[in-house]
Amino acid sequence: MSAHIPLRARRFFVIPVVIVASSVLAAGQSGGLDPAQLLKPLADSWPSYSGDYTGRRYSALTQITQANVKQLSLAWTARLSGATPATTSIGGEGTGDIPIGNPNVKGAVLMVNGVLYVTSPDHVWALDAHDGHELWHYFWKTRGGTHIGNRGVAMWGNYLYFVTPDDCFVSLDARTGKERWHKEIVPFSQQYFLTSAPMTVGNHIMVGTGNDLDSPGYLMSFDPETGAEQWRFYTVPMNPGDPGLDTWKSLDAARHGGGHPWLPGVYDPETHLYIFGTGNPTPAYTSLPRGDGLANLFTCAIVAVNVDTGKMEWYYQTSPHDTHDWDSAQTPVLVDGDFRGSGPRKMVLTASRNGYYFTIDRRTGEHMVTSTFSDTVNWAKPQLNSKGQPVREPAKDHHVAGALVSAANGGTTNWPPPAYSPDTGLLYVPTAETYAMYYLTETDPRGAMGLGGKDEVSVGTMGSYISAIDYKTGKTVWKHKFRTVGGGRGAPGLMTTAGKLLFGGDVSGNFVAFDPATGNPLWHTTIGQVSNAPETYLVEGRQHVLVAAGDTLYAFALYQ
Amino acid sequence: MRPAGDPAAIERGKGLYGVNCQFCHGADTRGGDGGPSLLRSALVLADDQGELMAPVMRSGRPGMPKFTMTDEQIADIAAFVHTFRAAGYDESRMKPPSIVVGDAKAGEALFQSKCASCHSVSGDLRGLATRIPDPRLLQQTWLMPGTGGGRGAAPVVRVPPTTVIVTLPSGERVEGTLDRIDDFTVSLTMADGTRRSFQTTGNTPKVDIRDPLQPHRDLWRTYSDTDIHNVTAFLVTLK
Repeated sequence: MSAHIPLRARRFFVIPVVIVASSVLAAGQSGGLDPAQLLKPLADSWPSYSGDYTGRRYSALTQITQANVKQLSLAWTARLSGATPATTSIGGEGTGDIPIGNPNVKGAVLMVNGVLYVTSPDHVWALDAHDGHELWHYFWKTRGGTHIGNRGVAMWGNYLYFVTPDDCFVSLDARTGKERWHKEIVPFSQQYFLTSAPMTVGNHIMVGTGNDLDSPGYLMSFDPETGAEQWRFYTVPMNPGDPGLDTWKSLDAARHGGGHPWLPGVYDPETHLYIFGTGNPTPAYTSLPRGDGLANLFTCAIVAVNVDTGKMEWYYQTSPHDTHDWDSAQTPVLVDGDFRGSGPRKMVLTASRNGYYFTIDRRTGEHMVTSTFSDTVNWAKPQLNSKGQPVREPAKDHHVAGALVSAANGGTTNWPPPAYSPDTGLLYVPTAETYAMYYLTETDPRGAMGLGGKDEVSVGTMGSYISAIDYKTGKTVWKHKFRTVGGGRGAPGLMTTAGKLLFGGDVSGNFVAFDPATGNPLWHTTIGQVSNAPETYLVEGRQHVLVAAGDTLYAFALYQ
Repeated sequence: MRPAGDPAAIERGKGLYGVNCQFCHGADTRGGDGGPSLLRSALVLADDQGELMAPVMRSGRPGMPKFTMTDEQIADIAAFVHTFRAAGYDESRMKPPSIVVGDAKAGEALFQSKCASCHSVSGDLRGLATRIPDPRLLQQTWLMPGTGGGRGAAPVVRVPPTTVIVTLPSGERVEGTLDRIDDFTVSLTMADGTRRSFQTTGNTPKVDIRDPLQPHRDLWRTYSDTDIHNVTAFLVTLK
């Protein structure tokens, strides 16, 4: 077991935390977001990263439908500014003179009680959902760290939580944008950087790590009031006797083994399981120091941890001994439904960066379905193993003279969220079919560190798509290829609604509503390259659809 | 990034390290005979001037002896150890051997069967390896012409443009160089320089794209890596 729980916390959490409306909130926390609200199906608000705990990104709202989507019109736009006038609240331990570029929204925007909370690395803004005007702005003076993106805030009562690239966990008062406290939760000296949206479950605020250097990944749970650490779950073995240690060359290799859970997970209230994906093992490419062909648990896996104890209940590894930096960190999707006549099943669906799709039993981790959702993926042997896992073909790791590998490093899919519709039974996945030559440059058997040791040179793309996958069979039922010139960029994230619509950006600057049954476009508008996944909610009874393109938010609604 | 250390301390530290540490941890701190890499050690990464390394050096660890050293000596060793940058990419180590490993004869045979209907070694490819002397760039270029020039670099070969024929419901055909296309609009430039754009809905109007590089794309799925290395070994002979 790689969960390391302080004794104090262990005693406290022997009693299961019961989530009852309002009961977990402290005095003085009237208003704001009651964690019980997070248990409701997604409809009038968007209170967490995926909108609700299932990760389906399926909204029950039905004002906007296939019949009227052509009348959808722009409600407002809001361009986010990184400027810090006197009204901006400023925190952080840096000097404030490191340029961090323009705001770029690559995560979730929360909508709670008519207020939007949006982030970019080092920035949080609150906007009025009626017209997008700014209510407050918070800016974090950074010490550095990788500023690749921020996936959004978590909310608990009137408090917000977000993480910074220089490894701090920050809590703000949602009403004012003033900082409550901050703390360094992972060591900046070891080149960790934080991007994930924290997740609220009852009295837990959970955050996963990120790091491209050789370091252990972990998921932490914090007290919402004080920020005190409740438990920590390492995704790699850290001590003699830890489970999975036999899948590493040595304890030293495991302790530098990566597996960072850098995207938010999903939550099953019935079993109290928080289910999330883990990232690549390290060193990513020169893998011999990890043990020749060993699985390297629990990297590139779907992992289920009990939120009350921080202990792992099950895991399923989607890339044993990954050698291409293909994280399995993608947010999984929880679905209840029929499965091949065996009656209703409770499942986890995940389309992995490695090009393989999996259906897993979410109570046990039992494997149900594996398929590939790419026509080009070529890194694995033709046959799956007995556990339904793809089996790496070592010749496709890399070669001094180059190995032609699909996919390129960005993967068949990546962080942009998939969506699921119970109306169609299909999982919608942004997909790319790319090739790159992987040249081995580090021939020292000790290998390189982190992502080093190879040179990856792009060859090109066969296309970018939305793939619609049937979870019962793993088959791709339809695949919409985006017409475009050049570029192999992956498509941004997706959302579905009970109005029988699938919303998402294409790869040419359009925001599009598709028919989820066929993939045919029904409505579009050209706003620039969409940079996050669309969301929907009600403002004074009117359904809005919100999406970001770089530093600008666009809200759409019906006015007829 | 750490600030640069005192050169004199680093020099003293290098000597001390060489005598006491190098055998186990490697001359470059990346691990040696039995000792782990110090470069990625959490303790070394968090250490500033030897203050965290000192207790380990003085007490030893399972498999590591104790060392009797002064604070100054340990600080000197730390200064030397900290000159190695902990990073995935180390330019100084990126010197791979030649990528030309294939069989030129086998490559020539493959060229004749797959490429010769469009290309000729005495025609468009004459002197190819002189024009592109770097074998890796040559390999990337034949896999997908117009790429592989590196970040920001100009492509090393000129690629003919993609053309498009738009057939309107009236039967009118409009042909030109493809400028832009997505699911809703196609834009082209006709031979006389006229720019035209058309809205598209589904397959109306009919849009027929002619990408001269499509045969290159279609071949990616068919190659083994040995095929690729063989073709490169052949093409590097086209001086």
